[in-house]
Amino acid sequence: MDPARLIYMANQIARNLAAQGEAAAIAATAQHLRDFWDPRMKAAILAADHGALEPIARAAVELLRN
Amino acid sequence: MGYERQADFGTPAVQSDEAVTLRIDGRDVTVPAGTSVMRAAAECGGAIPSLCATDSVKAFGSCRMCLVEIEGRRGTPASCTTPVEPGMVVQTQTPLLQKLRKGVMELYISDHPLDCLTCSANNDCELQDTAAEVGLRDVRYGYAGESHLGLPTDSSNPYFDFDPSKCIACSRCVRACDEVQGTFALTIEGRGFDSKISAGQSGDDFLSSECVSCGACVQACPTATLQEKAVAEIGKPERAVITTCAYCGVGCTFRAEMRGEQLVRMVPWKDGKANRGHSCVKGRFAWGYAHHQDRILDPMIRESTDEPWRVVSWDEALAYTAARLSAIKDEYGARALGGITSSRCTNEETFLVQKLVRAGFGSNNVDTCARVCHSPTGYGLKTTFGTSAGTQDFDSVMAADVILVIGANPTDAHPVFASRMKRRLRQGAKLIVIDPRRIDLVRSPHVQAAHHLPLQPGTNVAVLTAMAHVIVSEGLANEEFIRARCDWDEYQDWARFVSDARHSPEVLEAVTRVPAAELRGAARLYATGGNGAIYYGLGVTEHSQGSSTVMAIANLAMATGNIGRPGVGVNPLRGQNNVQGACDMGSFPHELSGYRHISDTAARSLFEQDWGVTLDAEPGLRIPNMLDAALDGSFRAIYIQGEDILQSDPNTHHVAAGLKAMDVVIVHDLFLNETANYAHVFLPGSTFLEKNGTFTNAERRIQLVRKVMEPANGLEDWQVTQELARAMGLDWNYSHPSEIMDEIARLTPTFAGVSFERLDREGSLQWPVNDKAPNGSPIMHVDGFVRGPDGKGKGKFVVTDYVPTDERTGPRFPLLLTTGRILSQYNVGAQTRRTGNTVWHDEDLLEIHPTDAENRGLKTGDWVRLASRTGETTLRAEVTERVAPGVVYTTFHHPATQANVVTTEFSDWATNCPEYKVTAVQVAPSNGPTEWQESYASWSEKSRRIAPGPAE
Repeated sequence: MDPARLIYMANQIARNLAAQGEAAAIAATAQHLRDFWDPRMKAAILAADHGALEPIARAAVELLRN
Repeated sequence: MGYERQADFGTPAVQSDEAVTLRIDGRDVTVPAGTSVMRAAAECGGAIPSLCATDSVKAFGSCRMCLVEIEGRRGTPASCTTPVEPGMVVQTQTPLLQKLRKGVMELYISDHPLDCLTCSANNDCELQDTAAEVGLRDVRYGYAGESHLGLPTDSSNPYFDFDPSKCIACSRCVRACDEVQGTFALTIEGRGFDSKISAGQSGDDFLSSECVSCGACVQACPTATLQEKAVAEIGKPERAVITTCAYCGVGCTFRAEMRGEQLVRMVPWKDGKANRGHSCVKGRFAWGYAHHQDRILDPMIRESTDEPWRVVSWDEALAYTAARLSAIKDEYGARALGGITSSRCTNEETFLVQKLVRAGFGSNNVDTCARVCHSPTGYGLKTTFGTSAGTQDFDSVMAADVILVIGANPTDAHPVFASRMKRRLRQGAKLIVIDPRRIDLVRSPHVQAAHHLPLQPGTNVAVLTAMAHVIVSEGLANEEFIRARCDWDEYQDWARFVSDARHSPEVLEAVTRVPAAELRGAARLYATGGNGAIYYGLGVTEHSQGSSTVMAIANLAMATGNIGRPGVGVNPLRGQNNVQGACDMGSFPHELSGYRHISDTAARSLFEQDWGVTLDAEPGLRIPNMLDAALDGSFRAIYIQGEDILQSDPNTHHVAAGLKAMDVVIVHDLFLNETANYAHVFLPGSTFLEKNGTFTNAERRIQLVRKVMEPANGLEDWQVTQELARAMGLDWNYSHPSEIMDEIARLTPTFAGVSFERLDREGSLQWPVNDKAPNGSPIMHVDGFVRGPDGKGKGKFVVTDYVPTDERTGPRFPLLLTTGRILSQYNVGAQTRRTGNTVWHDEDLLEIHPTDAENRGLKTGDWVRLASRTGETTLRAEVTERVAPGVVYTTFHHPATQANVVTTEFSDWATNCPEYKVTAVQVAPSNGPTEWQESYASWSEKSRRIAPGPAE
């Protein structure tokens, strides 16, 4: 999977959940990825360079490691 | 069922709590107050002769045939216009009445051709019947006087003829056009003896008039004046079968009127609860594709898409397909395989395809066309209300006081429901339209929107947040409802958010381009105008904030207490005939049937036990993810039933590249569609006329689809899927779709009470149908929202912040393209392009505002190049003020245009529903097709070659 595309998608999810406040948005973004992303998508974003991830999205992706 | 006309009670049914008893011809009958004597007579088994009365339109009292005598009353009143009264004593047949009727009938027949034996309505003609009923034996006036005989027939409509020489000027067609359809295309021209039916202005024929070819006039005509061409060609039907239309999500039921296995005509079924006896040009007439020469009836395979197709037997095709799929699964794993279910197929067929993917392929890589239309509805309404469907039945609109239409064009895309809506608007309900285009509803005969908010495409959330700002900040929220029915803390968070000054209409006007005062007026009207009902379509969902917009709509409805009773609600107008059903049946990669997440162990184990397999607990790939994964080699085979993703999905180049990268593409369809150009296996499909099953419409109404002819390809689609499953080693043994529905009911709580036997008996059921709602659920969330374990939860307010799309206009691409549909064509046009409907629309056109056109030196009819950052195509321009300056619009019905070459891969943040409604483009004069169009046409022609069979 193209990491750039996945990073774009994760950032977009995070931006749309950001109005909930940072902590809630991080949890909601992580849950969204768990609920709707195929395992190879989750694996690919975990393996990608997170430099382009915005803060909420980056924190959410980190939560996926658990 | 043998052939007989549908029952006609002469005048419409009346709803009243008061009952009236009267005596007609010695029989006592009790009917609701306000009922006509004519209808009362029909309800107690009588039949008063009549010509100008039919129960789809109001009484008119012009033909003087339905006269009766009433004890204690002078004269002979018309029974159609006389309401019943308590104790009334009516005689419908007396010597006086007989004489009067016969005299009137003589006048009618003196100006009517006596060609009954060669007339297309022979033995199915109300004039003929009435002549028989009144005992007409002679016409004293002869036929030599002035008459209308010999007037030329208007054959301009592709589906019906208008023969004015047979017209009795009963005006039923005019009234049907006005009252049932709401188009007001017909009129009576002239007076007295010169009265003639006219479509539009003098000089117009039916085709050039405002007529939308819904067929209401044809159905209402008592003679052969307005008659289906097919009846004239074939003859009177000999049997009728009730079935459900396979076009849009309204789900009209029809009588398929047959001779043998030949379909003569489709006539809307008066008892159908979705359409109430009405139809549109597609369902009524555009079924010729079923027998079109392009239809493929034999399975075909090929190793490579460079090769011509090779016609093979079903056994060879299925064995080849199963072997290829199994080999890929062995080498690359189950997650390399997937499928797409069809929203045009039945619930049972859709359920089997997702079952094949989950239980046979072993992955959850299953998706459906809702991905590109209403997947945000699923996400948004499930999050806020608890379930992924609209809240009302269609009848509910008749109790609405304020109708808010956002991002929908019902008169084109859901015409039969639009007629109901227009009827309510003519009764006085107020209308708010939120749409970048001035759709027909904004102003049409006897309908005018109180507010039209022509927003900048992509700013739905900003507009709805501004409306919420007005409602909350002006104290218009229904706090009693919110405290009782919603989570109060979540409401307060939301109310604080929308009340912020940055969300006021005045501040957001710069973004939305909607005048603040107009927006405030619309918000006040919705909040205070009585029952407020919201209807929305793909102009809501097909945006980067589609899911947010759905939730913003739900927020508005909850904030104003417009949920849980007739006349209110949130109503997604679903696009395809069974897109609601396809979603219900577990077509999404993260959900089992009934919207239960695949990670829900309890739900998953139900299926595992029933199917005898272990299911993958992780969500699968969505369609765009499948295409992405194909390009990296991790997704290699797809089974596509009844869906043309190449033409319907965004960024055609990307779709083509994804399909090209796969090892095996299996297309199961009626025609070699555009996707089939990239396929290795073609499995011929069957039409809705050739199968049994069920469709579920936009109001959650499950209705039977009944087979009226044998499948021309030999197998119904569920049988094809079953045979493929068996070829892959699955032990499936369904002998009828009813057995599949029994399995669905067993595994899906919302369908627990559904069976074919019950649907056959009751006509339709609206899910949920279970212990809590044994007779179904016309209206949802009546006592509580279906959230939480007890199904009586609190509504959830969700803060929806406006996040602008990343698709931006700029110097290179200064205009915004939005796409949509028109009345006569349907989706990618695979069906309607193969019917007479092409007479109305045989190419996609680009609507452009006069200012933008003038700046580019364009006029209507000019070829233009439409280019975006993604691609470009050419089509012809139509200069119109329907679109605002800066906005252009086109349809996607024709593969020669391939409008989706231009659309981008931006999509809804929550569901990946494509952002079809916002693409930055440039428009310029053009001399001809683009390089892509030329190369695609050449590739398409090459790809559709079929190798000649061996000489016999």
